[in-house]
Amino acid sequence: MTLSVRIIPCLDVTDGRVVKGINFKNLQDAGDPVEMAALYGEEGADELTFLDISASASGRETTLDVVRQTAEQVFIPLTVGGGIREVSDVDRLLRSGADKVSINTAALVRPQLISEIADRFGAQVLVLSIDARRARTESGFEVTTHGGRESAGKDALAWIQEACELGVGEILLNSMDADGTRAGYDIGMISAVRAVTKVPLIASGGAGALEDFAAALDAGADALLAASVFHFGTHRISDVKRYLAAEGYSVRI
Amino acid sequence: MGIAILDYGSGNLRSAQRAFEKTGVPVEITADFDTALNADGLVVPGVGAFSACMSGLSKIKGDEIVRKRRQLSRPTLGICVGMQIFFSEGVEHGKHSGVGIWNATVEKLASPILPHMGWNTVSAHSDSILFKGVADQSFYFVHSYAVKGELPVLASKSFYGEEFISAVEDESFSATQFHPEKSGDAGLALIRNWVTSL
Repeated sequence: MTLSVRIIPCLDVTDGRVVKGINFKNLQDAGDPVEMAALYGEEGADELTFLDISASASGRETTLDVVRQTAEQVFIPLTVGGGIREVSDVDRLLRSGADKVSINTAALVRPQLISEIADRFGAQVLVLSIDARRARTESGFEVTTHGGRESAGKDALAWIQEACELGVGEILLNSMDADGTRAGYDIGMISAVRAVTKVPLIASGGAGALEDFAAALDAGADALLAASVFHFGTHRISDVKRYLAAEGYSVRI
Repeated sequence: MGIAILDYGSGNLRSAQRAFEKTGVPVEITADFDTALNADGLVVPGVGAFSACMSGLSKIKGDEIVRKRRQLSRPTLGICVGMQIFFSEGVEHGKHSGVGIWNATVEKLASPILPHMGWNTVSAHSDSILFKGVADQSFYFVHSYAVKGELPVLASKSFYGEEFISAVEDESFSATQFHPEKSGDAGLALIRNWVTSL
């Protein structure tokens, strides 16, 4: 009896469509999020994450619909991030069928949002998403905004500790240095965050080879999030799980 | 036959409704005293803190509904914190009384990383009805508190940092610390087992 590591595909959604898609040649409009969510569910995803990157209010309205339709067919936990600014946004998402929400920039702007959400719905619904990169800060890692283009002026480890005290249930750690490289998760960053974090840690950014998933777990990640390796068909979720099982990790197959 | 899901302001009831509807039985989300009392099966969900759930439950006289159903031997299923509040006491954010169907205290799990979040296995009791056909499967947990030790009723156990009770089956009353409605095919099978037993 052991808790399994979680493999979590992430779907970037805008205006009701998945942006990075399974079909390499058709990046602009690559899939129906509900269909893709169902497919990943069948392949053994342990959770699903939707990241709403819609720029408009109507786009976000459509995302609520995607969440609603997915939650009615796929009976695994569903996390939704993007565009959450206040408690009422969380309420709407949870009512639409999300089990957890992830917040990023809004929490940096107003950290109190974390405790407001945790007080109302419990810390277990709240995932703190943090985009971090190496920098000359106290811990050697800083928080960024705008997809890693700008510094938030905060030390990453200090921010994580502050957020945990305010009441987050989980950390989603995106390495801006590793993101998109497929050269492996950022092992140093995962270990550093693990050392100061007592909530579950989801590693994100850099997944390429099967060995990368195992290395991130060894560094202390409890769950592994990936997008492009799954969307582009480099690995099936079931391949990753079979590999990890063969290497002695506890997975749900 | 019909199932009611008790709506006392806790949790994502819509996907729970869909999961129970998969059995083919009509499922109603309700806060109405008589509807909840008289349903063939009542599901008591729950997320958040023990005390917050108890106060939400009391507001709709849910504690009374649950006690009455116990007296009348009517099938009732508690899920997650909905399971925890069936016990006599919880210690999350200070000591709080539960509904008191079973006499035990819900305590914090001894594990360096909390919440216990994700898919874990259950060591199902050999006489379990709920786990029939899925005893070797994993289920989705999200919690930091649980009941530990022995209970004088049929209990199944799991392990995270330490052993705890992950399911109880006691005549008409059942409860799971995990979320069957979020546990994929295994969870749907468990729900079917419960509905079939009504």
